[in-house]
Amino acid sequence: MTRPPRNEPVQIVKQRRDAALRALVDGVPYIRFLGISFDRRGDELTAILTYGEHLIGNPLIPALHGGATAAFLETAAIIELGWSAMWEEMEGGRLDPSALTPATLPPLPRTIDFTVDYLRSGLPRDAYARARINRSGRRYASVHVEAWQDNRARLFAQGTGHFLMPDREG
Amino acid sequence: MSDKVTIAQAFIQALPHARALGMVLDRISDGESIVSMPYDVRFVGDPATGVIHGGAVSALMDTALGAAVLSHPTAPASTATLDLRIDYMRPATPGQRITARAECYHVTRSVAFVRATASDDDAERPVATATGAFTLERPVGAQA
Repeated sequence: MTRPPRNEPVQIVKQRRDAALRALVDGVPYIRFLGISFDRRGDELTAILTYGEHLIGNPLIPALHGGATAAFLETAAIIELGWSAMWEEMEGGRLDPSALTPATLPPLPRTIDFTVDYLRSGLPRDAYARARINRSGRRYASVHVEAWQDNRARLFAQGTGHFLMPDREG
Repeated sequence: MSDKVTIAQAFIQALPHARALGMVLDRISDGESIVSMPYDVRFVGDPATGVIHGGAVSALMDTALGAAVLSHPTAPASTATLDLRIDYMRPATPGQRITARAECYHVTRSVAFVRATASDDDAERPVATATGAFTLERPVGAQA
């Protein structure tokens, strides 16, 4: 496959990128179990945790379970890493997303450690997260994630993690 | 079962997320707890290997730590996670139950410092460890 032409129709570009994102996300059972989806604008991803009763920790307040919040942040970080690696391959014409299956998908990064700060309690409604790759080397990556609900400036949790990048062929 | 165990088991059953993950409280005593979770294909994080998602392990750790805090002899009224760090030592073996052992190793009037270890059938080689700080809400009028 060669580099996509510059004057490619926008629909073709979108189809390719959306297919790649779907291949990355849809194969992971736990992402489906929690109810996480991803909104894509160009190469920028926003993770969305759609509220469900199964995410509640303390039913009296009620508040999201700290473990559900941690899983949401970690997922946002891993998909951001997988996506950014895939984006370069795809836009460079070295990877054809339409041919991706769970079996041919590049391996996902593995979490080494992950730290979550709980800033305020998660309300029983949808939550959003964006991850920023602060350092990405051949072997290791460091990612910071911010999560909010109603107000982008009022984070309810943030996290930092280190990841082992999969061996790349070649 | 002592009242404390009954109350704590009911507490875990009352947490919808812990219930959704099939968690069971195996033991609880003064500031320590053991909570376990079955292997389930819905909790897989890496479809290529069938290994459980780190987030499910985090949820197990957080639940075990919260239970340990609530069981502390100073009898806190409630608790919430301030921060939690998980170190993933190795992938959990697919098909095996994961068990978290949690303890409060230092408690002040308002904060509990906690740690936990998670393992599968091979208890000698932990799957993950966790450290964190939890808030302690004291009962109204309590002198601690």
